Amino acid sequence: MPLLDVRNVSYQAGEGGAAILNGISLTLEPGEVHALLGTNGTGKSTLAYLVMGCEGYRPASGQILLNGALINALAIDERARSGVTMAWQEPVRFEGITVKDYLCLKDHDVDAAHYLGLVGLAAERYLGRMVDKCLSGGERKRIELASILALKPRLAILDEPDSGIDMLSIQDVINVINAFRAKGTAVLLITHREEIAGIADRASQLCRGTIICAGNPAKVAAHYKLQNCRACHPGECHYV
Amino acid sequence: MSELDTLLRAFGEAGGNRGALGERETAHLAASGNAVLSSRTVEGLEMEAVETDSGIAARIRLRAGVKLERPVHLCFGVLHEEGNQEIAMEVTIEPDARAVFIAHCIFPKAKKVRHSMNAVVNVGANAGMRYSETHYHGPHGGIEVVPKLKVQVGRNGRYFTEFALTTGRVGRLDIDYDVTAAADAVAELTTRAFGRGSDELMIQERVVLAGENARGLIKARVALEDQARAEIRGITEGNAAGARGHVDCLEIVKDQAVARAVPMVQVNNPQAKVTHEAAIGSVDKRQMETLMAHGLSAQEAVDVIVKGILQ
Repeated sequence: MPLLDVRNVSYQAGEGGAAILNGISLTLEPGEVHALLGTNGTGKSTLAYLVMGCEGYRPASGQILLNGALINALAIDERARSGVTMAWQEPVRFEGITVKDYLCLKDHDVDAAHYLGLVGLAAERYLGRMVDKCLSGGERKRIELASILALKPRLAILDEPDSGIDMLSIQDVINVINAFRAKGTAVLLITHREEIAGIADRASQLCRGTIICAGNPAKVAAHYKLQNCRACHPGECHYV
Repeated sequence: MSELDTLLRAFGEAGGNRGALGERETAHLAASGNAVLSSRTVEGLEMEAVETDSGIAARIRLRAGVKLERPVHLCFGVLHEEGNQEIAMEVTIEPDARAVFIAHCIFPKAKKVRHSMNAVVNVGANAGMRYSETHYHGPHGGIEVVPKLKVQVGRNGRYFTEFALTTGRVGRLDIDYDVTAAADAVAELTTRAFGRGSDELMIQERVVLAGENARGLIKARVALEDQARAEIRGITEGNAAGARGHVDCLEIVKDQAVARAVPMVQVNNPQAKVTHEAAIGSVDKRQMETLMAHGLSAQEAVDVIVKGILQ
């Protein structure tokens, strides 16, 4: 039984609104990394929000199952307590909350220094700092990844974990994804970088809310690069 | 048990450091109602306090060049259910002197209490003063807190004040601070308050950047729930070249609470710059979702966010 089973899920923005996702199906096994590729506006983040259960994101049709149990109606915190969590593309800032407290939100015994080390941050420099606007975008991103690691989830949704991270530190992001995998955490990975997608076990390419190519990450990335859908208009798209 | 012991006990129960008031090297002044219970001064610091009909009048002077290593503790309160305490205070920080004042205002049983303060502060040239006032209120809300403060900060002086009323019921709060900063001086005013029940909060803080390159910051963080009401007026004037000021107001409202922010900025010199930002609303949705994705319930997430902004 897959850990995550997305079955024929469709989603539209509001009642009678535009269709964002059309009949999406994919599965993730425990410890598997699945990369989602696609140009901007193809529905990758929307799929992430649907799996996480964000407010306003419920499938118009189809089912989302976690370990065989239907979670369509579960709230975001209920899904989190079932082992699903997510790192947003642009993590929010919090006034008055230190990095240490942020990493220990759910468990006061978490070794915050250890998890900061896993994302390439020195504990002595960061544990006492606030998770506020004094952090750079890249620092905030790493702290978010550390906090997700500390939760030891069964499924981590990472929405562009490499955005805002300097080129020299991309290996740190790869190390984080491998750390998830080593702990048996499945990862739904949204990325635009081929080298990040390359470490996935499988990949899917979305175009206009539909999975148009799935399988080996290298092949999916090659497909994506060969005929991307930047000029995607009805009648012109190479795929849809 | 003496009145002082009772005050210190209430102070300790509210999370304060009782030991600090017993240290010989630490200056302090403790008053309950209109009774001066205890005071101690240190070298370079003059502190006189007299009892008046309705409170105390204190005069504090830090001599030029004296830099106090330890904070001066001021402990005020009314320990009974009813009472009145009027504090009149005159503080002078002479040139090149520096001190930190920590004021604890304790009203654990207040049902019908009025606590007012009228303070005049002069911070001399190159001098620095940090004044932190924390209130410890009980659950009844029958209290009126009315602090009025007029501050002059001399050339290259530093003045920082922090007011916190986040435990217990606010009751009625009416803050009126007025700070004038001379050339190269810095003034920062921070207020944090949590209104509940039928609490009413009026916070008016004004910074006049009178001298060249003066700097000012007014920061207010207020959380409201139930039927509490708040109005925050942050006023900054930039009157000289190079003056820089900012007003930053954030209010979180829940239930039937009502919040109002009135940031006012005035620039009378083309080379001055004053900015403001004000945000009022419910708890940020993205913050909520992020915390809930970490496994916190909606209520736990709200508590973490509110506690954070009031930290």
